[in-house]
Amino acid sequence: MELIRGHYIYFFLAGLFLIGLYGMLFKGNLMKKIIGMSIMQSSVILFYITSAYKDGGTVPVLDPQRGVENPDLYLNPLPHCLMLTAIVVAVVTLGVSFAMVIDIYRNYETIEEPVLLERLKDEA
Amino acid sequence: MIGPHLCPLIPVAYLFGALLVPLVGWRRGTAGWWTALATAAFAFGLAVSGLAWVMERGAVSYHLGGWMPPIGIEFVMDPLSAFLEVVISGIGLLAVVYARRSVEHELPERLMPFSSLALLVLTGLTGMVITGDLFNLYVFLEISALAGYALIAVGERPAAYAAFRYLGMGTVGASFYLLGLAFLYMTHGTLNMADMSRLLAAGDLSATVAVGLLLIFMGAALKMALFPMHGWLPDAYTHASSAATALIAPIGTKVAGYILLRVLLYLLGAGEKGSGLPLLSLLAYLGAAAVIYGSILAVCQSELKRMLAYSSVAQVGYIAIGVGLNSALGFTGAVLHILNHACMKACLFFVSGGLRLRLGHSRIPRFSNRLRRAMPWTSAAFALAALSMIGLPPTAGFFSKWYLALAAIEQSRWIFVVVLLLSSLLNAVYFFRVLERMYLDRPGAEPGAGDAAAAVKGESPPAMLLPAVALASGLLVIGLGNAWIVERLIGPMIPGGM
Repeated sequence: MELIRGHYIYFFLAGLFLIGLYGMLFKGNLMKKIIGMSIMQSSVILFYITSAYKDGGTVPVLDPQRGVENPDLYLNPLPHCLMLTAIVVAVVTLGVSFAMVIDIYRNYETIEEPVLLERLKDEA
Repeated sequence: MIGPHLCPLIPVAYLFGALLVPLVGWRRGTAGWWTALATAAFAFGLAVSGLAWVMERGAVSYHLGGWMPPIGIEFVMDPLSAFLEVVISGIGLLAVVYARRSVEHELPERLMPFSSLALLVLTGLTGMVITGDLFNLYVFLEISALAGYALIAVGERPAAYAAFRYLGMGTVGASFYLLGLAFLYMTHGTLNMADMSRLLAAGDLSATVAVGLLLIFMGAALKMALFPMHGWLPDAYTHASSAATALIAPIGTKVAGYILLRVLLYLLGAGEKGSGLPLLSLLAYLGAAAVIYGSILAVCQSELKRMLAYSSVAQVGYIAIGVGLNSALGFTGAVLHILNHACMKACLFFVSGGLRLRLGHSRIPRFSNRLRRAMPWTSAAFALAALSMIGLPPTAGFFSKWYLALAAIEQSRWIFVVVLLLSSLLNAVYFFRVLERMYLDRPGAEPGAGDAAAAVKGESPPAMLLPAVALASGLLVIGLGNAWIVERLIGPMIPGGM
């Protein structure tokens, strides 16, 4: 019970990561692969955010009532900043992959991987 | 006091160039290309002067925004970084020179976006090498990777799908790296490499750190296309345009190898600490498997670019072996091989692009000895690079294999010696197959082959020929001057404790 109460977020994130990986590896539809990729990236981002959390902490903006002496009263802002960059990267990745899927569809008129592989084989 | 400022200037120069190219080349792509060329030449000059500076006065570091490390982001130019900067920007410069004619032929009207993306790839690669911050490394990794996906996606018809697979694998690799870094960061609370190295050396490796390192290892190996994680590479390199492959293949996977080198040998510390985890042995054995597997599959290919792509899988294996042996000799071999292979592979891909321009294809069974008469310089460059790949002295390729073999013998790990010898034989098989068709008369050659060769339209244009010939002669220079390189350049970068 203690294990679950203290670590449930990690189990949740590990599950999320694996779901994303599963989607990327075993789904035949290219869009579903992209969705899997996005889920996987989100789980990593959330993992960082979790590491910044402190019980009883607040937003890292100076609060006169809390003062500056005890850093435990504020959340760690660094992981949030890092993940802002990682989110940008994830968005760009999505954009590039959408562009590729559009290009694949224009060329082969399918985004189902098995069909696509057939057509690629026919061409070669 | 230009020294410390050189560190950020190199990636920043590329980044500004990448933004400037679309502005200048909006109407006329050629103007954009000239901008890219000027940028690449400028950055190469910076990298060379940086190397000279570092050789003379030792490592320099630059603190971005005046924030002191370990809090702020630090750019460090130590002997290893400075050396790799020169390799990357040198190959980048030649690839940009080469790109104009090749892109105009293979991707008409796309010269401007190509130049801009090429500079973005170089921004990422030079940034990865020079940064002293582990998260910053991830950002540069993604910059180079995303620009690289776009470059590869534009090519033959199947290129978009090949690039999509590369994107999937690359993103998984980058996510693994980021996840692994999270474990390290949560344990030690720092992202600065020097600081992290100090903290890792201070205590025993906890299970959390071990998991983090394993994830980083997996991520970097995926990016590096280390066997068995190489699945994305052959298709991506085959279907991309020649200029894109010639830019990405020689340096892209090596820089991922650099992450492994940096993390395993510098961050984790060479010697006792490093051997606490079996990562280095794993790396060496995977490298050995990659060498054999890549070479065998290269023998089976009938398309020149595809053969070269599989050979890249094999060559990355050499670097992995060198790092995995965890000794001064192995390190020397690995770093020397990064340089050698960058030159060899760039030269070979330049040649394959030249063949595609003049011959219209690069299918090995349709080569004939008319090629040698029509394109003597191209053939000569190919032959020299091929001999270097096989590892014949005095070409450069011999010496890196020599150091790797010495390192394996030193530790009595005979299996690696056998792998190195066997792979040289396999390299000979797949390159002589091409050289034979290029150089020797074939009695009773099938008439179809003659017709195909008749279509050869003479030697490659100078802008495409020059980079290939320069690299091929560079291989001889590197080979003959290898003692100087090893002593003056690689000697100072060997991590302490080896």
